[in-house]
Amino acid sequence: MIVTTSWYLVLGALLFIIGGVGLLVRRNPLIMLMCVELMLNGVNLSFVAFSKALGDIGGQTVVFFVLVVAAAEVVVGLGLIVAILRRAPGSTADDLSVLKG
Amino acid sequence: MKTISAAIFEAPSVDWWGLLPQMVLLGVALSLLLITSISRRKFATAFSTLCSVLAGSTVFLIALGLWGDVQELGPRSSLASAFGVDGFSIFFTILISLGVVTTALLSHSYIEREGIDSAEFHALLMCSAAGAIVMASANDLIVMFIGLEALSIGLYVMIAIHTRRAEAREAAMKYFVLGAFSSAFFLYGIALVYGATGSTNLVQIRDYLDEVAFKDEHILLAGIGLLLIGLAFKVAAAPFHFWAPDVYQGAPSPVTGYMASIAKAAGFAALLRVFFAALPSYKLDWSPIISALAILTLVVGAVMAILQTDVKRMLAFSSVSHAGYVLVAIQSANASGTSAALFYLFTYSFVVIGSFGVVSLMGWKDGHSLDRYSGIGRSRPVLALTFTVFLLAQAGVPLTSGFVGKFQVITSAVDVENYVLASIAMLTAVISAYMYLKIVMTMYVTEDNSEGPDIAIHWTSGVVLGGILVFTLVVGIIPQFLIDFSQDAVPVLIAG
Repeated sequence: MIVTTSWYLVLGALLFIIGGVGLLVRRNPLIMLMCVELMLNGVNLSFVAFSKALGDIGGQTVVFFVLVVAAAEVVVGLGLIVAILRRAPGSTADDLSVLKG
Repeated sequence: MKTISAAIFEAPSVDWWGLLPQMVLLGVALSLLLITSISRRKFATAFSTLCSVLAGSTVFLIALGLWGDVQELGPRSSLASAFGVDGFSIFFTILISLGVVTTALLSHSYIEREGIDSAEFHALLMCSAAGAIVMASANDLIVMFIGLEALSIGLYVMIAIHTRRAEAREAAMKYFVLGAFSSAFFLYGIALVYGATGSTNLVQIRDYLDEVAFKDEHILLAGIGLLLIGLAFKVAAAPFHFWAPDVYQGAPSPVTGYMASIAKAAGFAALLRVFFAALPSYKLDWSPIISALAILTLVVGAVMAILQTDVKRMLAFSSVSHAGYVLVAIQSANASGTSAALFYLFTYSFVVIGSFGVVSLMGWKDGHSLDRYSGIGRSRPVLALTFTVFLLAQAGVPLTSGFVGKFQVITSAVDVENYVLASIAMLTAVISAYMYLKIVMTMYVTEDNSEGPDIAIHWTSGVVLGGILVFTLVVGIIPQFLIDFSQDAVPVLIAG
């Protein structure tokens, strides 16, 4: 059995979908953050697979940019979660419901 | 075994002059953070405000210089064609620099009365503005993604800057989760477009698509769709708008104004650069989708706005419906439609910054319910008149900038014979007018409440609101200079 590029693309798409569904379904803020990471890493895998298939180094360098951006996003996300949990320990996304109209 | 050959690495030429706007903003932001954190004495809020205003004005002047340059010598691009210096990018640099100046001045009294760390706020303001400029200038999808993230990450923190307010924390968390979600969509779109075309560079993508006829274009179309979803989230187009009312309501009002104007303008800049400039050969595929988005956005924005009782939520839905008008202009997919979109964004941005500036002055202590505005017409006539002009401009009443903008947008839809869309745009304009007039009526007609809200207007806010008022009326009466300006700013992609 030969593992072709499309296997990696399908795996990337699956990771992306698992992350996306998890973000919408899970209520724990930390798990939601992990789901965002999963989505971005699914994309990274697709980038690398395309890069290998096209014989172009560009797609692999993109991954480094994405890693940096993901790290910056996690820093801000964790900061927000700490700010929320410090005032309401153990709160989930459902507890954030002051704003509605 | 393959060895790495000693390839001669040739660094791309850098057009420092074209990169100066971002460098000024980032440089001032970092210096401001450094100075305020190593210095022992505490700096006044005015110091940070001054830094932002000076940086914004400097960028404005640089952009004017670049504009003259580009008009004379033609557009160019630098950093291995990853970064464009063209009329389009400079148009947005001018808009964003003015957005920084007005937001900095409007936030001054807010920051002072709420006791927020001003240096952090202004540093974030400048960093996110630099990200917005990068987004509008990017000739490469990855550069655009970096700009998008720099803008968004700055905004997440700016929304949460008032951590003591539960609403602000909630708004920041909601914007963060949906922002990260939409960025991931955008990034996946980039990956698929890269896979289909072999490049992330917009110039190369356009040239490739012009030459090659695809046998199997599913990957490319999926990529284009994901790019559109990612950007539609950012500009709050229905059905991807559901975060907007909550986030606009919870965020500090000056930040809401900034988000509704500059972040939205940067999102549309990216949309125009990707779709109008780089994917003209797929016009027949994306134009109907944008048209459908526009219809949905117009209807949702207009109808939902009527149902609200909170002024900030009303304005949030009104900003959703404005996104619809810009989409109406974009779907025409020609130069006149694009310049109509640019004109609309330019005029709308200042009106919305001004509106949220007034809301920021009004909202202190007791929130933003519509009742609070009753009787303002008598107790604060000048403020009420200013707000009335802003609201009428958003409704598209003649003699204001909003009328000229709406007129051009609807003309662009008629030009491409999309009469259904043009009629819906006019119909929803009438529905939204009801909502704007409801606020105006509350200010003037309702019985004066006995004590009346106490409002202190700092001179910085006064100057900005006055300036925007004059701009709105001047553009409404003699719009030609701004029309010419937006016609010269239609995007072109230049390799080089």
